[in-house]
This record gives sequence, structure tokens and C-alpha cells, in this order.
Amino acid sequence: MKPRVVVVVFPGSNCDRDAAHAAELVMGAETRLLWHGETSLGDPDLVVLPGGFSYGDYLRCGAMARFSPVMQSVRAFAERGGAVLGICNGFQVLCEAGLLPGALVQNGGLRFVCGDVHLRVESERTPFTRRIPAGTRLRMPIAHGDGNWVADPETLARLEASGQIVFRYVDESGSRTPEANPNGSLDDVAGICNEAGNVLGLMPHPERAVEALLGSEDGAEVFRSFAASRA
Amino acid sequence: MTKVDVPITPALLREHKITPEEFERIKSVLGREPNLVELGIFSALWSEHCSYKSSRVYLKEFPTKGPRVLQGPGENAGAVDIGDGWAVVFKMESHNHPSFIEPYQGAATGVGGILRDVFTMGARPVALLDPLFFGDPDAPRMHSLIDGVVRGVGGYGNCVGIPTVGGMTLFHPAYNKNILVNVMAVGLVRHDRIFRAKASGVGNPVLYAGSKTGRDGIHGASMASDVFDDEKSKRRPTVQVGDPFAEKLLLEAVLEVLEGDAVVAIQDMGAAGLTSSTFEMCSRGGVGMKLDLTKVPAREEGMTPYEFMLSESQERMVLVVHKGREAEVIAVFEKWGVDVATIGEVIGEPRMELHFHGETVANLPIAPLVEDAPVYRRPVVFPEPQETPVVLVPSVSVDEALRTLLQSPNLCGKRWIFRQYDWSVQTNTVLGPGHDAAVIRVKGTNRGLAMTADVNPRFVAAHPERGAALAVAEAALNIACTGARPLAITDCLNFGNPERPEIMGQFAAAIAGISRACRALETPVISGNVSLYNETDGRSILPTPTIGMVGLLEDVTKAVPSAFQHAGDEIAVLGETADELGASEYLATVAGVEAGPCPRLDLERIRNVVDLLVELADKSLLSSAHDAAEGGLAIALSECGFGPARLGADLEFLTALSPTSFLFSESSGRVVISYPGSNRDAIQAAASRHAVPLEVAGKTVPGRLRVAIRGAVVLEMDVKEAYGMEEARFPRLMEVTR
Repeated sequence: MKPRVVVVVFPGSNCDRDAAHAAELVMGAETRLLWHGETSLGDPDLVVLPGGFSYGDYLRCGAMARFSPVMQSVRAFAERGGAVLGICNGFQVLCEAGLLPGALVQNGGLRFVCGDVHLRVESERTPFTRRIPAGTRLRMPIAHGDGNWVADPETLARLEASGQIVFRYVDESGSRTPEANPNGSLDDVAGICNEAGNVLGLMPHPERAVEALLGSEDGAEVFRSFAASRA
Repeated sequence: MTKVDVPITPALLREHKITPEEFERIKSVLGREPNLVELGIFSALWSEHCSYKSSRVYLKEFPTKGPRVLQGPGENAGAVDIGDGWAVVFKMESHNHPSFIEPYQGAATGVGGILRDVFTMGARPVALLDPLFFGDPDAPRMHSLIDGVVRGVGGYGNCVGIPTVGGMTLFHPAYNKNILVNVMAVGLVRHDRIFRAKASGVGNPVLYAGSKTGRDGIHGASMASDVFDDEKSKRRPTVQVGDPFAEKLLLEAVLEVLEGDAVVAIQDMGAAGLTSSTFEMCSRGGVGMKLDLTKVPAREEGMTPYEFMLSESQERMVLVVHKGREAEVIAVFEKWGVDVATIGEVIGEPRMELHFHGETVANLPIAPLVEDAPVYRRPVVFPEPQETPVVLVPSVSVDEALRTLLQSPNLCGKRWIFRQYDWSVQTNTVLGPGHDAAVIRVKGTNRGLAMTADVNPRFVAAHPERGAALAVAEAALNIACTGARPLAITDCLNFGNPERPEIMGQFAAAIAGISRACRALETPVISGNVSLYNETDGRSILPTPTIGMVGLLEDVTKAVPSAFQHAGDEIAVLGETADELGASEYLATVAGVEAGPCPRLDLERIRNVVDLLVELADKSLLSSAHDAAEGGLAIALSECGFGPARLGADLEFLTALSPTSFLFSESSGRVVISYPGSNRDAIQAAASRHAVPLEVAGKTVPGRLRVAIRGAVVLEMDVKEAYGMEEARFPRLMEVTR
């Protein structure tokens, strides 16, 4: 059966169509764009909080979007074990909403940064990586000004111990180096999941890397893993 | 300026940049003296920025028609057919003066304005390009200007979610006090959904949608029609402030509204805000409007009719809607949280009636302010083109010259800039920044669009007619290198003070050059913008007619990158190199001389090279194609090595020129191609069919670029080292604090 995917549209989301396109292309999904003012998610297999600048990133990235009516439904859905994928601004919203630990602050270089990065899969704990062996290197774009993930040492240690650190920035050879980390994030963290593993947030854009024509298909692995893990 | 009935004094006229002759003309149009609101409206609409009064007689020369052209100049943007019922909509505009005063907001609102021009046509914006012209990097304020402009372009475009896929950056002391920020936007629309800005239907309501009107930017249009001097620094408050979040909501709301059929006409409020948008819509439709300014959403209390009409607050639109359909339009704007109000209606008589708290505050005929605005045929002196060849005795080795050029502000890598732009959002970018042209795919089709922006102002200064034609030729080669066929151009004509005859001479000659090249290459001009008065303290910028070109790839999977792809590929050079160091980057940067003629131009040859490249790409014969422009073959060959593979080349040429002339001349119409050796025969046959000279020169090799001429090695360089120099230069340049 085709996976049913809901992509939430906040005012200022700008990767909503991209996420829907990728889900359709890779998973053959039935996708629906859902305005943030709605509260009924329907019965989806996956909810995507897409990238963009919800509420213009004014005040603080994701700080306003977490109060959108739809977020109550997303929270309830996640608590029931529903799969939620937050990409870029969506990751920021998940942190602001308390669905993921830590916070995303301004890039260490104090500038917006766009380009390809390499990620190393660190954990198979979420359906999004269950079918990708740990240690696999994926190349996909980033495009953000506030992707610098921070957390207190206890949180980091807890996440590390429980396999909640899902992606780290690495170089082309798969090694962690200061140059490979584009935003100064703590411990080179690029993506994390919640304790149950059903909620994943990451700064890079897997939905921008699902076609060879655009330079990389590695992001498709994330969607394929999700689709396969349902089967 | 709260009162309407103030006496019109000579000082007031000067402040509004209305000449005594123009004031006489106003009085004869009205049969009376204007009041202050009316004077403000005349001042805005008759400004150079809105009326094109100095340039209009020349702009008529442009070829604007072609079999694919759906909309030429005169609308918010032009439109060209790309097949399957799709059209590409594009336009370029300048935001030069505001960006010099306040770089972040100036550049940001430049992006916002050109995006609105595109989505007002019903098109979803899919790409931005930003040609930028700065002064000497060491000039006062230049670092903060560069930094502010780059942040402004990124801050706005990234937030709205439009990829910035290309552009150019040029440094020259002539821009020290007049930087240029040009922005081009490209959008896609179905043919049958192209909207225009022609008001019609007596009794149809006029709607205002978007941000509330504030006091910002009042008289921006007349500021952009003035030279700078220190006295003018008091005009600072006339720079507008952008809100990309408001733009994003407006964009989505407008595109949703335009999906239905309730809208008759729509126009964005750009320069001279509510004034120019409403007058131009009426002018196109031969109708008038009655507006109640008390209905305009206001950001501040106590705003006057004068301020409402002349504010340049950003992110605002005017719509004419079918009577009775207002509610559905208003509902869409309200869903997106965009302010919307009915502010008046269309009337049959071609007049603008403005009311405020029950009083008539202006009553003006449309035509004399718009289509019959003053047109000046200003005195013209055609500059003597530089044709004396440069005699040069090279004082440095070829290796050293190349190192110097790779680390020059103009030729070094600009990743520092485009890493701050989101160029992959919308998931269409096939070739991003750093290629000859950017390529995006058109979802739902096999097609792709190539786009580029280019000009070499030094060439235009040396020979305005040929230099401008060379800019079109160079843009066409950039497009064709990707395998795309050039479709049409937009332009941004940045020049000095038109009241100087030699500047008008440059302008007229440049238009003639663009027209000649566009005719030869069958790329009509479909939109554009003129920016004059780029002069400070009596010093003008270099004549800068920026050309924005879009091309079509029938099969986007055949797009050709600019860098070498595979070791062992064969390399050939198309075209011929002559001894043409005049006006070159080498001469300016290495020898410190700006003189000599710009390269010769054979448009038939350019056309043949374009045809050849399109054919070779279509037959999938090429691995890469990169044109040789600024810095000549030496820079082109180096850049071919800067792709992910970092490949070098082992080459031998049979030229009779000196190594310096051969490697650094900027002769037009040359392209470095690489291809699997097995394709050589097919490529040579095609080249001879298109009458394009082709010299097979060697092969790609790992690691080193080595060039020999008739057996003697004249250049040898490690590619990674060269890349390192080229890459590190710009960040280092921007690190220096001052």
C-alpha cells in the first residue's frame, strides 16, 4: 500500500512542495499539504515538518510555529508512535516544541551556509535509518543560518548512550573533522531522534537529494528506509 | 507636508526635481496650478526612473518580437514560450542607489521587487541571479557594502525560498561610490494563466493587498533619478525596508488568487508605489480610477494623501477584480494573513480621482502623466572608440601572471558569496553557481532552462557599441556551453548622468550594439530596466549594460557542465585566438593598464559556435564545455580543473602568438571542450559543418595543467594548488577588518 504522507505548511514554509515531491518519487506516497491552521491530520503514515522560514524565523527559528494549531495534533500523533520527520526548519520546530531535545542556534560562522555535506549514519534506531547500515556515508545539501545544535552535557551523553544521535557531519572519507562540520554543532550532530525513535529531526535536506540529475540520490535512502520499515 | 494647498514655490519644484519647463507643461495640462499631492504625483511619474524620459527614444530600437515571445516589454515582466504550454517569465532590475546607502535593505528590497514583477504575471518564481558591481575592495566602506549586499540578497531570497543560482561579481574603482546591485528573477507559468496589468470594467473594485503603507521610501523614484553628493545624504530615510516573510505570504496568496478567474488585472507597487501602479494600470486599459485613500491600510497614524501616494513600502499589490467577486479574493488573502482592502473602483473616464476624508485631493488625467510624459532627446556625443592596439612587453612569466589573476578579486572563486545563498531549494537545480550558466529543470517535463547574467564593462567603456554586443554574445555562449539554445534576453542598463552628452552617447551606442547582437542571435529583448545617474562627485560608473539571458534545453539530462569530468578525455578549443590583450583582465591586473580596443566580434561566428554547442550537447558528445572570457584561455583551462575531479590537462598548441598573448587574450567566441576521444570524428565533422575552427590540443590528466606551444612548455601548474589560491582569496579579502 502507498504510504500516506502529510506535509505541514506553516506560513513561511518553503520546502513543503520539495518534501512532497520526494515522498511521491521515492516511496510512491500519497501526499497531502496541510495548512498549519488545520487540526486534523487524518490517518497518515508519516508527518513531515518541512524546511523554510516559518513566521520568517522572526523571534527565534520555530518558536512561533510550535504554537500553530496543527502542532497539538502532531504532538498527539508522535506520542501515539506516529512517524514524524522534521527537516531543517522542521527540526527547529520539533526542538522548540519539546518533541526533540536540545536547541538550534546560529551557525558558528555567523552566516547562512548552503552546499553539500557528508553525513554518517550513527544509529539504526529510527525507521528512517533502520535499513541503512550504521557507518554509511550520505551526501546531501544543507541550507541554513541556524543549524548549530546545542545541548547540555547530560543530554548529549544520554542521547549518545541510547542511540538517539542519528547523523553526524563527516568529511568525504567518513571521518569527523572540524572542517566537515558546517555550523559548529555540538559533537558534529546533524540529526537526532526521540527516545522511541519515531520522531527524527535533521538539518540537512534529504528531500533535495533523491535524483541523480540534481547531484545525489543519497537522501532517497532515508525515505526508502522508512517505506521498507513499514512493510 | 500635511497640507494640500500650499503655494508651489521654486524651492518646492526643485525638491521635486520638476524643471521650470516641466512646470509650465503641468499647468497647461491641468489648466491650473497643481496642488501638492498632484505635484508629488507628477514628480514621481515624470522621474527618469518611472518615465524613462531620457532613454525611451533609444529603447524603441530593441528587437522585441520573435516566434516564441508571448509578452515583450511594457508589462511587469516578459514571457517566452518553452513548449508543452509552459512559459518562462523573466526580468532584471537594479537597486543601485538604495544599496549604496543601506546595502542590506537595498539589496533585499531589490530581490523583493523583482520577484513581485514575476509573480504578478501569475508565474511562480523559480530562480534568482545577482550581477553585482563593487568598487576597489580596499575603498572606504567597500567591505561592509559587499557584506551587506550579499547578506541582503541571501536574507531575502533564502527566506522566500527562491534559489539564487547564478550571477556575477565585478570589482572596479569606477564603482567606488556607485555600487550596482542588479537582480534577475525567472518564473514559470502556464500560457493560459499569464496575468497582465491592464485595468478594465467600469465599476470593478480596486483592491489593495499586502503590507500596510508606511512613510518609508517616499520619493525613492526621484532619488534614483539623481546624482549623489554629500548634500544628498540627508535623503537616507528614502530607503525602504524589506520583509521577506510578508513577501512569501503575498506570493502564495497572489498565486492562489490567480488560480481562479476573479482577477481582471494585477500590478505590484514598486517605485512610486500606489501612484505608478494605479496610473500604469489605467493607462494600459484606457480607463480611470476613483480611490479613497482613507481605505488604504496604514502602518502609521496621521498619514497624508501625499504620503499614501508616494510611499514605497514593500510587499504591496494593486488588483482590479470582477465586481461581485471581491469576497473570494479577500478570503484567500485573509487565509494567508495578508492585509487586504477595497480602496476604490474603475471609472470610464481616463482620470485619477483621489479622495481623502470626503475631500477630493487630486484629480488628474492619466495620459499626460504616463504615455505622454516628457520625452527628452538629450544631446549626444558618441565617444571615440579605442582602436589603437596595445603594445606590451610582458614583465612577468606566464606562471606568475596566472597566479596573480587567479588571486585577483575579479577572477578568484566566489564560493564565499554563493555559499550564503540557498541555490538548491525547490529541487530543480541541475547546474548551480559556478558554471557558465545555471540550469534548472522544469518539473513535469523533460526540459531545462539555462540562465546567465553577463557584461564586461571595460569592453563597453572601450567601445560602447561593440562592448555591449559582446555582452550579448558572451551570454549566448554561456547558455550554449550547457547545451541550451538561447531564447531571449532581459537587460539592466546602468549608466552615468544622462545630462552629459558623452554618457548619452555611451547609452545610445550600447543600445545599438545590444540590438545588433540580439538580431543576429535571434534573442529578442523581452523586458528590462534603465538605471541612470550612477555618478558621484562628477565621476560616472563604467557603462554597464548587464545582459540576462535564458535558454532552453529540450532534454535537461543532457546538460553539459563546465569543468573536466574524466581523466583521459580529449580536449579541444573552438574558435580562434588573436592578439587581443586590449581592455583585458591581464592588462588591468597584471600590467596595471586599462587601455586598448576590446576584442573583435564576428556575430556570425558566435552564432555558429552556439549552433555547434547545441548540436554536440544534443548528441551527448561532450563531457564539458567552458567558454574563455576574462583572463583568456589560461583562466578558462584552470577553471576547467576546479570541478570535483580537480583534473589538469596536458596540451600543445600550434599558435604563432606569444605565450602571453595566446594565453591571456580575450578574443570572443572561444570554448574549451572535453569529450571521450572516440567522439572526436563526430565532433570535428560537426565543427567543420558549422564552419567553426577546432584545435585538438591534448588530454585531461590528474593533477597538473601543462601547456606547450610548438614543443616548448609555457605554463605548468599544480591544479590543487591553483584551486587553493583561487578559493582562499575571497574569504581572505573579506576577513580583513577595517
